[in-house]
Amino acid sequence: MLTAFAILTDGLVYAAYLFLVGVGLTLIFGVMRILNVAHGSFYAYGAYAAAVAVGVYFDAGLPAAGGFLLMVLVAMAVGLVLGLIIERGVLRRVYGRDEVVVVLVTYAVFLILEDAIKLIWGPDSYALYQPLGVTGTVDVGGLVLSGYDIGLVAFAGLLAAAGSLALKRTRWGRLLTVVIFDRELAAAFGINVSVVYTATFVLGAMLGALGGAAMAPKISVTLGIGVEVIVLAFAVVVIGGLGSIDGAFIGALVVGLCRAAAVHLVPQIELFVIYAVMALVLVLRPQGLFARAQPRKI
Amino acid sequence: MSHHPLRRMIGHASGLLLVLAACDAQAQQPVPAPVKIGFVTFTSGPAAASFGIPDRNASEILVENLNAGKVPAPYNQIGLGGAKIEPKFVDEAGSAADQVTQYRNLVERDHVDVVVGYVSSGNCLAITPVAEELKELTVLDICGTPRIFEEKPRHYVFRVNPHATMDNVAAARYVLTKMKTISVYSGINQNYAWGQDSWRDFRLAMKDLDPKATVDQALFPKLFSGEYGAEISTLLTSKSQIIHSSFFDGDLEAFIYQSAARGLPQRVPLVLTTGETSVWRLGAKLPDGTIIGERGPHSFLAHDSELNTWFRKTYVDRFSEPPTYPAYDLAQSLLGLKSAWEKAQAKKGGARPTTEEVIAAFEGIEFKTPSTTVRMALANGHQGITDTAYGTYKFDKTENKPTLVDIMRFPAECVNPPPGVDSVAWLEGGMKGAKCD
Repeated sequence: MLTAFAILTDGLVYAAYLFLVGVGLTLIFGVMRILNVAHGSFYAYGAYAAAVAVGVYFDAGLPAAGGFLLMVLVAMAVGLVLGLIIERGVLRRVYGRDEVVVVLVTYAVFLILEDAIKLIWGPDSYALYQPLGVTGTVDVGGLVLSGYDIGLVAFAGLLAAAGSLALKRTRWGRLLTVVIFDRELAAAFGINVSVVYTATFVLGAMLGALGGAAMAPKISVTLGIGVEVIVLAFAVVVIGGLGSIDGAFIGALVVGLCRAAAVHLVPQIELFVIYAVMALVLVLRPQGLFARAQPRKI
Repeated sequence: MSHHPLRRMIGHASGLLLVLAACDAQAQQPVPAPVKIGFVTFTSGPAAASFGIPDRNASEILVENLNAGKVPAPYNQIGLGGAKIEPKFVDEAGSAADQVTQYRNLVERDHVDVVVGYVSSGNCLAITPVAEELKELTVLDICGTPRIFEEKPRHYVFRVNPHATMDNVAAARYVLTKMKTISVYSGINQNYAWGQDSWRDFRLAMKDLDPKATVDQALFPKLFSGEYGAEISTLLTSKSQIIHSSFFDGDLEAFIYQSAARGLPQRVPLVLTTGETSVWRLGAKLPDGTIIGERGPHSFLAHDSELNTWFRKTYVDRFSEPPTYPAYDLAQSLLGLKSAWEKAQAKKGGARPTTEEVIAAFEGIEFKTPSTTVRMALANGHQGITDTAYGTYKFDKTENKPTLVDIMRFPAECVNPPPGVDSVAWLEGGMKGAKCD
């Protein structure tokens, strides 16, 4: 029973992590049809900026709630700046090119941003351990759960609900949905697709940075963290269906629960299980669980 | 007393002539061609902070001071046998295939005389056959997999620093001496050569030393996975009395943050075979009672010597932090090469030795390092052994610095297989011939 409970909680925590790193990636792909490899850098920059700024905040002995708010604000600011620079300065120049060319451009941006981390923060690792301490623990039958992890699951759930509602119920969400379904038709109806692109990319960058900031207290913020995350984020959004926030949520849940079950029951297949799920979904539903099949335009 | 102006002028002129003559003689001395050394380590990626940067830092200060002849005896001759070292630094980040390409570039494009480096066991395994193919003298640095020399004899490859068997046999001996008996234990190690070899050696050593001890969980998360919630839950629900881990770099620190927040190391002592690399960064965040290894008697556990005092001071003065064991490992690798080079050169009457002559001198050599003495005793003289030590972590709150207590030292012959015996065969045969007194 305790093992089943552990699988459920561990699965949810891992799913929250996967959703936070994947949601921005899927949003950008959904609207812009860009497989953004630089998304890993948004995650890394969010983590670095939060580790430095929030670490200083907590060290000053200021109230903990303000630290969490600062974590979100710092991530948003980093995402805003990076997103604007990359979309306006680089991507705008390659719109309309072959998708492979655009992927290569985002890969080049990723490599540049990775090296820039060394220039800005140096090669040393950073720790943002204070949030884990202030959120405490909960003991359930001998299984100690971190308060921060519980908060992370709640935050990811809220973000998924807010994202889904915003897409369906707000004017901006409907505009985005129109662009996702048919960019040319949207432009024909007078939607400023260029502005929608910029806003989407910046929002995606902010979500990526937010994922990094949220994970910073749990990891060693060090060189290369963006590389690892991007592979997992791709797996999750492919399972859910590229471009679908609901899909990213379900994809993260499926992968999170399967991985947790593997670690507890058959640890030898822990790594295999993530990609096995992805392969199975691609065989049965090549467009992913939630993406609509694309009609072919003639 | 007064001097005649003419005599004073003659005196000055003859002094000047002597100086000019000396300068001329010096100018006519042939300057030995530099020895080009390729240093390969992580300067980016998750292993940079805890391994690559100390390794690189040590290479910088050693090359600089060896070239200036400022390293204490017996290493006070300039460079290698009077020839200055010309370093070329290469980043180890990337796949093993990338590293093979970089290695070929170092040898075939940059024409380095020797390659010194590599942290990752995966990279060492990939590089070794290429070094043999290209006939390039290569001193592997930090990587610990015993398979390098046990899969096949090597001619051009050396490794001064002991392999993972030493770390894990010493860890098992330490744990059982300190805790008397262990009935259940678990392990969490990275899913590649280093993690798998480390766990195998620890498990076999435990089986030899305490046959009743059983393994509960053997976990192998992906290298650099970063999120260990499920593994920590598994270990929390286990009845293990100790948890073995050879985690290093960002993985080690992330595991400590996440597990300490959930009370795992406070409940079950962790045995961290590479733990020393992170103690300065983790500080009070690493729970007291954690068992710490240094892969040799290095930083906290180094033997006192003039060389160690010089090395620590020079390192701290330059980088404002103490050298951790990757820095010591680099010092051992480079000083081992220097010893072999100069031994070969002396045998040749002072002429620059060839690669084959350096290899002949390197095989079986014994030399002093900042922290201990290395003997190239295994793998036909290509693999070094040293004594080692373990300690228990205690953060000194008054001094605000990490310390190790309950230190136990183990002679080299106690924790390394004897010459000619593979580590696995030695462990499976009950560690016959181990001399621990």
